[in-house]
Amino acid sequence: MIRRMGASGTAVRVERLRVVRGGRVALRDVSLTVQSGTVTGLLGPSGSGKSTLMRALVGVQIVHGGLVEVLGEPAGSRGLRARVGYVTQAPSVYRDLTVRENLAYFARVLGVGPERIDAVIETVGLSEEAGRVVRRLSGGQLSRTSLATALLNEPELLVLDEPTVGLDPVLRRDLWDTFHALAGRGSTLLVSSHVMDEAARCDALLLLREGLVLAALTPDELRARTGTADLDQAFLRLVEAS
Amino acid sequence: MSSGATLATAVRVLRQLRRDPRTLALLFGVPCLLLWLLKELLSGQPETFQRVGGPLVGLFPFVSMFVVTSVGMLRERTSGTLERLMALPLGKLDLLAGYGAAFALVAAAQCAAVSTLGFGGLGLDVAGPLWVVIAFAIGNALLGMALGLFLSAFATTEFQAVQFMPAVVFPQVLLSGLFVPRERMAHGLQIVSDALPLTYAYDALERTARTGVLGTRVAADALVIAGSVLLALALGAATLRRRTA
Repeated sequence: MIRRMGASGTAVRVERLRVVRGGRVALRDVSLTVQSGTVTGLLGPSGSGKSTLMRALVGVQIVHGGLVEVLGEPAGSRGLRARVGYVTQAPSVYRDLTVRENLAYFARVLGVGPERIDAVIETVGLSEEAGRVVRRLSGGQLSRTSLATALLNEPELLVLDEPTVGLDPVLRRDLWDTFHALAGRGSTLLVSSHVMDEAARCDALLLLREGLVLAALTPDELRARTGTADLDQAFLRLVEAS
Repeated sequence: MSSGATLATAVRVLRQLRRDPRTLALLFGVPCLLLWLLKELLSGQPETFQRVGGPLVGLFPFVSMFVVTSVGMLRERTSGTLERLMALPLGKLDLLAGYGAAFALVAAAQCAAVSTLGFGGLGLDVAGPLWVVIAFAIGNALLGMALGLFLSAFATTEFQAVQFMPAVVFPQVLLSGLFVPRERMAHGLQIVSDALPLTYAYDALERTARTGVLGTRVAADALVIAGSVLLALALGAATLRRRTA
């Protein structure tokens, strides 16, 4: 049996990527790979280029040099649109529709069956809010609605920009369990965060700073290299040593 | 292009409108109020009311749909939903056709409401068939929608988007022949008037209302409107970018 594309090997390959946004260099010279079937954390201070890198991977960013290959195709290829899911940092859903109406629309656009709607509502813990207009939801509920739309078709690559900001610890833990469950089924996840306790839950880490990859390693390697068990401290030491 | 995605988009746009009953009330109420106001204002000149009333019924949807689409599409751009849609397997044509279908439906309903009041309650009369007025009303609505979609790319705030209304709509209405017959305009203004699509919409509506003759001239007007809609849609589609800076 042929293994599902991306079940092993490289899901993302970036070489010498350069992006200029609004007159300043957002990504200087970025090269990295993301292994298939992993949850990879993208860490770095705000302004380090995390969101720009994610935009480049999903093919909505104009790039100024380098190569971005996703699931074996150039990023942004037409064929990738159904295979790559993307959740922006700012929730991008229709605020004048209910949770269910939003998901119904995106389900039709993605061509997935209506049974997936209830499944993802359950996954993000919004069953009780399903019939409520999104505008009236809390910030955390709003971003969970946005996340739910990207889970509808279980894409092969899921790019999530700070998906857990403003969520309570229980929900954060549940969502990270969901991320690992998706990875277990063969999806690849790239999750940006600036919360270090989330970094500990990643299979691999990419540390970004001022448009450059500072380090690409596992959480254990980060602790070992910096001689501290605390990832917060480890990150600071790495930044200060650079 | 897929009919499923187009239909889903149309349903979504209509659902959003339904969630905003005040906008719906304004869409239907304001043209009716204005028509009634015009009737009262021209109570001493009923022939003037007859001359401008019929064409106005067909022109209202242009203004309404321009405003609704320019603000609605600006929201899609600023809320990130457009960026999300552009990263999904949704054709630009699906999005445009979905918006078009939804607003054509709203325009038809709006026109039906205004027609009922105008031709029923206010004693307005057109010499030609009413369906021609409604057909041009829908054409004008699509034109307003397409222009609103295009211009929303040049607004960064809803304040700006709303200000495009007087900038784009007023000159077209002023120069259409509704206020001053085109043959009495200065030569330079006539040339500008020739270049504006609403001029042809007014010409067709005025002929239908006054003479009722559906000749080649009205057919030519319809072609100009159709061409303008396609051109504006092409311009609008060009502003839907999958990749942005």
